[in-house]
Amino acid sequence: MNNIIKKYIPQILAILFVVLIFGFLTMNAQTNMDNRGIDFGFGFLSQESSFDVQFSLIEYSGSDSYARAFLVGLLNTLLVSIISIIFCTILGVIIGVARLSSNYLIKNSAAWYVEFFRNIPLLLQIFFWYYAALRALPMPEKANAWFGATYMTVKGYYIPSMVWENLNVFLYCALAAIISIIVLRNYANKLRDTQGKQIPVLLYSVALLIVLPLLSFLFGGVSLGFEIPELKKLSKISYIYEGGISLPPELIALVLALSLYTSTFVAECVRAGIEGVSKGQKEAAASVGLTPNQVLKLVIMPQALRIIIPPTTNQYLNLTKNSSLAAAIAYPDLVLVFAGTALMQTGKAIEIVSITMLTYLTISLTIAAIMNWYNKKIEIKEK
Amino acid sequence: MIQTINFLKPNRDNIKNYSIIGTFLVLVSLIDVISNAFLKINLTSFLPGSLTTLFPLIIGLIGLNMMRIDYSGNKKLDLLNKNINTNNFNALLTLLILFSIIKALPQSLSWMIFDATISGDSKDACTGTGACWTYIKVWFRRFMYGMYPNEFHWRINTAFILVIALGFVGYFMKDNLKKYLALYYVIIYPVIAYLVIYYLISGGSFGLQWVETGAWGGLSLTFIVSFFCLIFCFPLGMIFALGRRSNLPAIKYISICYIEFWRGVPLITVLFMSSVMFPMFLPEDFFMDKLVRVIIAITLFEAAYCAEVIRGGLQSLPRGQYDAAKSLGMGYWKMHIFVILPQALKLVIPGIANTFLALVKDTPLIFVVGLAELAGMLALAKTNPKWLGFAMEGYIFASIIFWIICYAMSKYSYNLEAKYKTER
Repeated sequence: MNNIIKKYIPQILAILFVVLIFGFLTMNAQTNMDNRGIDFGFGFLSQESSFDVQFSLIEYSGSDSYARAFLVGLLNTLLVSIISIIFCTILGVIIGVARLSSNYLIKNSAAWYVEFFRNIPLLLQIFFWYYAALRALPMPEKANAWFGATYMTVKGYYIPSMVWENLNVFLYCALAAIISIIVLRNYANKLRDTQGKQIPVLLYSVALLIVLPLLSFLFGGVSLGFEIPELKKLSKISYIYEGGISLPPELIALVLALSLYTSTFVAECVRAGIEGVSKGQKEAAASVGLTPNQVLKLVIMPQALRIIIPPTTNQYLNLTKNSSLAAAIAYPDLVLVFAGTALMQTGKAIEIVSITMLTYLTISLTIAAIMNWYNKKIEIKEK
Repeated sequence: MIQTINFLKPNRDNIKNYSIIGTFLVLVSLIDVISNAFLKINLTSFLPGSLTTLFPLIIGLIGLNMMRIDYSGNKKLDLLNKNINTNNFNALLTLLILFSIIKALPQSLSWMIFDATISGDSKDACTGTGACWTYIKVWFRRFMYGMYPNEFHWRINTAFILVIALGFVGYFMKDNLKKYLALYYVIIYPVIAYLVIYYLISGGSFGLQWVETGAWGGLSLTFIVSFFCLIFCFPLGMIFALGRRSNLPAIKYISICYIEFWRGVPLITVLFMSSVMFPMFLPEDFFMDKLVRVIIAITLFEAAYCAEVIRGGLQSLPRGQYDAAKSLGMGYWKMHIFVILPQALKLVIPGIANTFLALVKDTPLIFVVGLAELAGMLALAKTNPKWLGFAMEGYIFASIIFWIICYAMSKYSYNLEAKYKTER
């Protein structure tokens, strides 16, 4: 009896507490909404949004629905996150390895890089790039070409866009290359396990990746042209570039700040991972006659990656969540488009804020679930 | 490839001559770069085209190559070789880093110091090409205290000094009172601190004029928000950490849901929630100050992170501690209060310090709901028609301040970590 009380009373109390809180909040919301004449519902999603978004990956205009505005925001969030993740990984790996360098100057520069960018709030960094650094760029008419055909101006970064003919043939070829690389890898692994033979998989893969798409250019009728941005005069003093792709300064500032900030954390993960592989592993691998490259590829990296990947994914998740700071500089991401403009227009605070939060929650939980599965898979299986 | 180039290699017999020539070449390359950067004199203008820019690099590389030897017996030379000159690739990186530092120095120094203005009290004083620190000087009080009336700034200062002093009471407590230390910090201290800040900064009684929270701002608001969030999120986080490790399924899953929910959403949406959604959930005619709402939102948010940190500490305790406590006949609460938590909390101090660091770095975000702490004041000052065009100075100033705070805190937490590591 005593046991049952000890077991169930706290649980019942806890559930009661949660139910009471939720009940209280819902009741208040109900009365508040009744008083203000707002009704609860998601019907507004199909209504016409009648606001414009400055930068969007898909076709969008004011006559589209709120649901499409949501999609525009989500895609913009994903775009900035993915670009930043790529850059922060590259930077982070370089800095992380540099921190382990034997060179005093490199080691310390990397350490100071980490200390510097990690200890300044991300929002300030975004503001710095957007309001201070990027505003110092030249006007379109005075911009010099970078790499021949790209223009970095105060109004954004203009790059040539690609004009494809028979793009699908090219894509099929690329897909074929990727599939054949996977097959080749599996075959190579099998060969190594059964016969102990090594094939230079990397070399073959690179060759496949280059040759197959190249063939599509030669025989598949694929051609690639570039549309180069050109300076156009709008009025006496106002110029603009036309053609090509323009990356708005908001996007550039965000990518810069997010990738510089997150790269410091990635660098720490990489450093911890490489330091985490014990020296004995290296020595043992060398003593069974593996070459330094093989030691790195077959012994160090698999073990280091096991330590590096989980915290790094966490950082990617943080980056994705931090990308919501975009709203502060008016980059049309999910928060600005949906929780900002759409909320202002419809006044549906509860629905919109919960949709926004649930979206981020879904992204986080999905990645976390994948990560858990991956961790289970790569766990060292002890016999 | 680059590592195996093998010419002009010194050996132990000729290292003396080689190292002298090598040092000379490296010095020449450095002098060339320095004169280029500081004096704007191009010593190598007689060389054709791109060779002019590459000249110091090539000369430096040859010089370093000539100095490189496994063991020379000369301590300084060996130290140099070991640290910055192990192979050609390293030597190249060394030179590149040195050159880029030298190249960047004169520009940034002259902008920040030599050409900068600090005198005067209006924009007209800033005529030079350098930074305009006058702007910071004029706006300094606003950046620190927001729109809080100038004559009452002593109230904020006094409140902070009092709160800090009360925080240090634990160090001077007598031994027989030490057992109440946890009680003091978890319950009494937050209450006293709240009262101090409420009566001193808000005012309204004791003859102090009422200052509404909308006028609070600047760095002091950052401190107030982070302080309250820290002291409230810690006990809350502890409850959820214990809840997550509970054997009772209902409590366990409620805690997991809570923690995973807050950890899965960005802070900015939480702040949006606190400003637009929260008022809908409150009873009619019930007014809650915006600052209080923000502090509640951040506290709920950070409590989830705190809970995970504390859970880490609880998990790292050996099972034997639990078993020993149980075998002494202790119940759940007794066991946790007297055996588990004192040990676990000691372990998680560095983790908590890191959470706090993240919290301080997150506070500028309250700017999105219209509370003007440092970043918000900067945005305000930037758009002031009398002071247009000084965004750079403002953000550099704020970055330096935040950097100092965060760097000091991270060093402190690192020290704590090192301290507690050795004790176990």
